Amino acid sequence: MTAFLLGVAIFLLANVAAGLVRVIRGPTQADRVVAAQLFGTTGVAILLVLSVAMDARPLRDVALIFALLAVVISVAFVKRGWVRAPGQPSRAEPSLPREEP
Amino acid sequence: MSVELMVNGLTVVLLVIGCFFFLAGTVGLLRFPDLYCRLHALTKADALGLGFVTAGVALQLGAWHEILLLAALWLLVLSAAATVCHILASEALAQGVEPIQAGAGRAGSMDSEVDASSAEDGSEGGDGARARRGVSP
Repeated sequence: MTAFLLGVAIFLLANVAAGLVRVIRGPTQADRVVAAQLFGTTGVAILLVLSVAMDARPLRDVALIFALLAVVISVAFVKRGWVRAPGQPSRAEPSLPREEP
Repeated sequence: MSVELMVNGLTVVLLVIGCFFFLAGTVGLLRFPDLYCRLHALTKADALGLGFVTAGVALQLGAWHEILLLAALWLLVLSAAATVCHILASEALAQGVEPIQAGAGRAGSMDSEVDASSAEDGSEGGDGARARRGVSP
């Protein structure tokens, strides 16, 4: 059973490694953040499987932290990190109309 | 003994199904041509795969509170995936990232790879246009 669980963990790790290709090739920043979402979800699954395979209970709490941080990454990217093209203000933070003197 | 064997077998089945959905999400992330398509593939398939993996892992645990922790974790990931998909897609749309429309071909593809069939279609269209131009005068 432990060998099977470790095999599942290695397969999921291979998924993460394949997702790195999108990080390299991704034409926009948003594609790379989508790949980061893949890392978050798959990392949670890897930690859950390893917590059973290695009988390590704290890994489940680490998985919970991973799930929370994956959300924070995307929200921070949308609110702060996304470099906007000039003349296209964000819908979340509309620019104030310029007052005529 | 037999019950333990059944539980282990069910765990194996659930983990294999979960791995299949994770593989589907990764393939979608790598192969789909558009940011919106990639978001669609990744957030749904990975959340479902994580649900199967969580169920398989929960069968191996003894205590109820640990199973409840796993259920809460899956619900958190589900709602987080839906929310993240929505905010990324709506922000991309607000910034003018054009989604690929059905029937528009792959001209608007953000991926640099153009497969042979669409290249042939483009050349045929070019021949037809030249033929029409040749006929008209």
